[in-house]
Amino acid sequence: MDKLNNQQVIQSLTSVFGDRISIPSEPYGLLTFETSSENISEVLRFLKEDKDLKFNYLTDITAIHYPEQALSIGVIYHLHSLTNNIRVRIKVFIDGDAPHIPTATNLWEGANWMERETFDFFGVIFDGHPNLVRVLNVDDMTVFPMRREHPLEDPNRVDKKDYFFGR
Amino acid sequence: MMNHPIFTDNDPQKETFILNLGPTHPATHGVFQNVLVMDGERIISGVSTIGYIHRAFEKIAEHRPFYQITPLTDRLNYCSSPINNMGWHMTVEKLLGIETPKRVDYLRVIVMELARISDHLICNGILGVDTGAFTGFLYLMEEREHIYEIYEEICGARLTTNIGRIGGFERDFNDIAFAKIKKFLVKFPPILKEFETLFNRNRIFIERTSGVAAVDPETALNYSWSGPILRATGVDYDVRVNEPYSSYQDFDFEIPVGTSGDVYDRYIVRNEEMWQSLRIIEQALQKIEKEPKGVFHADVPEFYLPPKEEVYNSMEALIYHFKIVMGEIDTPKTEVYHAVEGGNGELGFYLVNDGGRSPYRLHFRRPSFINYQMYAPMSAGMLLSDAIINMSSLNVIAGELDA
Repeated sequence: MDKLNNQQVIQSLTSVFGDRISIPSEPYGLLTFETSSENISEVLRFLKEDKDLKFNYLTDITAIHYPEQALSIGVIYHLHSLTNNIRVRIKVFIDGDAPHIPTATNLWEGANWMERETFDFFGVIFDGHPNLVRVLNVDDMTVFPMRREHPLEDPNRVDKKDYFFGR
Repeated sequence: MMNHPIFTDNDPQKETFILNLGPTHPATHGVFQNVLVMDGERIISGVSTIGYIHRAFEKIAEHRPFYQITPLTDRLNYCSSPINNMGWHMTVEKLLGIETPKRVDYLRVIVMELARISDHLICNGILGVDTGAFTGFLYLMEEREHIYEIYEEICGARLTTNIGRIGGFERDFNDIAFAKIKKFLVKFPPILKEFETLFNRNRIFIERTSGVAAVDPETALNYSWSGPILRATGVDYDVRVNEPYSSYQDFDFEIPVGTSGDVYDRYIVRNEEMWQSLRIIEQALQKIEKEPKGVFHADVPEFYLPPKEEVYNSMEALIYHFKIVMGEIDTPKTEVYHAVEGGNGELGFYLVNDGGRSPYRLHFRRPSFINYQMYAPMSAGMLLSDAIINMSSLNVIAGELDA
């Protein structure tokens, strides 16, 4: 069988999930689509266990915070199909005040610390995670420091305003 | 080990004890803490605590322009900083759509492969130290020194190199740098050969490493391992081949793989990778001969700082200089993931850009962090001395672990 390309991945995804996944885009050739936290477990399992797709390698889990959006926290998965040598990026946007998403540790053991890191910095609660505690920051920390409401430096400094950084 | 009886603290039958391995234990070669439950010399279970040198690089990166993030990447895997630097430059170049000339690619390949050699040298040398053979480590240290002298000639720094710029290098390699690389290619192989004769068939070394911490490929993939330790299990995943960057597709080299995934295989894979790196550097030197001389950066005045004398004497250069420094240049609002094969595996940069001069979000996929999470579970049932050499063979670098 020839190696897969993005179009074939899109086809098999839409044939199974239909409108439960968003219309995919391909920034710099990397297939990217969104889904919801209800569907993410199923999507990940399908991508991993489908005998043609074989996205068996979890490259990364991380998150991003857009405070102005209604669903402000995005959890971002990067998967890699080693046999087909193709990557896919999945985004799930969840509520920033109650950020719950099912864990991926039942599919990949390697998701354990990636999810802990994401919890540590963004406060995303991965339901079903065996040991969701902070990993890099100290245990008694009360905030989730990568959220954008926490400034990096003293907010009274005048030389580090956002407009100096083009935004 | 699963059947080991668990006794409460007051039970007279309780014979296990807690051992704090680290955070500053000389055998762990970095700031790692492992709280181990021990039965004599055997580990029953363990918990890894990390984050002792966490420096919030991802947060800092959100407040720094692209070119100021390079020094942050130095401090990830500080045994092979040039690979991190190049990986970051290539991520930004991918974002901005900058095509680098072939000569720049080849120069980068030389630096990256030198960095890979120095990374693997340290790892295998330390592995020797932990199995009781100090000689190899001291012997190889001298060669790492020669690699650092080459870096010094190229960029002026040795450990945290901040080498290269977005679009190429800050200056061309001088003749001394090329002479030193050529000298290294002549002097290093016999020394590596000697190092191999010290270890490869050494009875003590084999008994200490063979069969220790063997990992099968399914488990390794399940834990998202990458790099030499994954290849030691027999999976031929190497970013240089799977997604060639910096013109790696022009080179003829092999990906060494192991069979059992134990410490001995990891050692052999790393050694073999050093030989392949030498091959790549030799080919790169030959290819550079055929490229136009003096090309060391892409022609992208919006992102590559002009030379100082031009800034003082020409209007365009002055304008670009200020535009770059003040961050007046539009960048695409998009996201990009770029991976390079670091010393320890797939080093990925996930960059989300909102058009500003600094990233909206930058995430480092750090191979050490992801590789290390299996350490505590796989240590259960091991002898403490085996767990120590297992840790050195994973080559966990604290800077990359904690970011």
